[in-house]
Amino acid sequence: MWIYEKKLQYPVRVSKCDPRVARYLVEQYGGADGELSAALRYLNQRYSIPNKVIGLLTDIGTEEFAHLEMIATMIYKLTKDATPQQMEEAGLGPNYVIHDNGLFYNNSSGVPWTAAYIQAKGDPLADLYEDIAAEEKARATYQWIIDMTDDVDLQDGLKFLREREIVHAMRFKEAVEIIKADQGTRKIF
Amino acid sequence: MNKQLDENYYHKLLELQQLDFALIELTLYLDTHPNDLQALQQFNQLAQQRQQCAMQFEMQYGPLMQFGHSYSKYPWQWIECPWPWQV
Repeated sequence: MWIYEKKLQYPVRVSKCDPRVARYLVEQYGGADGELSAALRYLNQRYSIPNKVIGLLTDIGTEEFAHLEMIATMIYKLTKDATPQQMEEAGLGPNYVIHDNGLFYNNSSGVPWTAAYIQAKGDPLADLYEDIAAEEKARATYQWIIDMTDDVDLQDGLKFLREREIVHAMRFKEAVEIIKADQGTRKIF
Repeated sequence: MNKQLDENYYHKLLELQQLDFALIELTLYLDTHPNDLQALQQFNQLAQQRQQCAMQFEMQYGPLMQFGHSYSKYPWQWIECPWPWQV
């Protein structure tokens, strides 16, 4: 089971109301390579992955939910004081009409999240390579969002998330080696 | 918000977040390096430190976790603000 902890993984600060950047950030909320996709991808793959990497998938999948909460906090803080006019100018007019300031799992273009974003092949190496690619894509997206804002407080939180993608990719690459070594020994026996 | 958030709140919260960061890093590392004794010792030591830090935070600012993982004063404190995105 999961237990919620009433704190963020890392402090989230923003220095101004900025619905324009909030719109880009939604990509990491309900987009293909976003945190929701990541969490659901890893936690779902656990049931068919060899025992040696179940712990890693569980822990990274859980951390992704903490990242999802950080992204939600960023979007919340960037839009909570925005007027309907400001939302419209940021391209969030349709979003405002449907959801007001409510969050929704869609990407930055407004396309709703779909399970088609995540893969489960049942083949451990195929799944782990997918995970590594997902982390690298998320890292690239974070960099691009960092490039799109001059808000240093927001950049600080985004840089933390970008670094986490790098660490996760590294751990998944180690998991690939663990599985390869395991498959190797099985052949000898 | 029904609670005064002083500087100490942010200070204590950051302290806990720093400890937790080290613990998350060590957790993921140990997941792929289970035989690293030094990392394991560091993990256990920090886990103990974390427990102390979280307990002090909760005494002052209310429960961090629920389903029986944190204590509560009267009345039930869990539902009190601030929630994480409000600070």
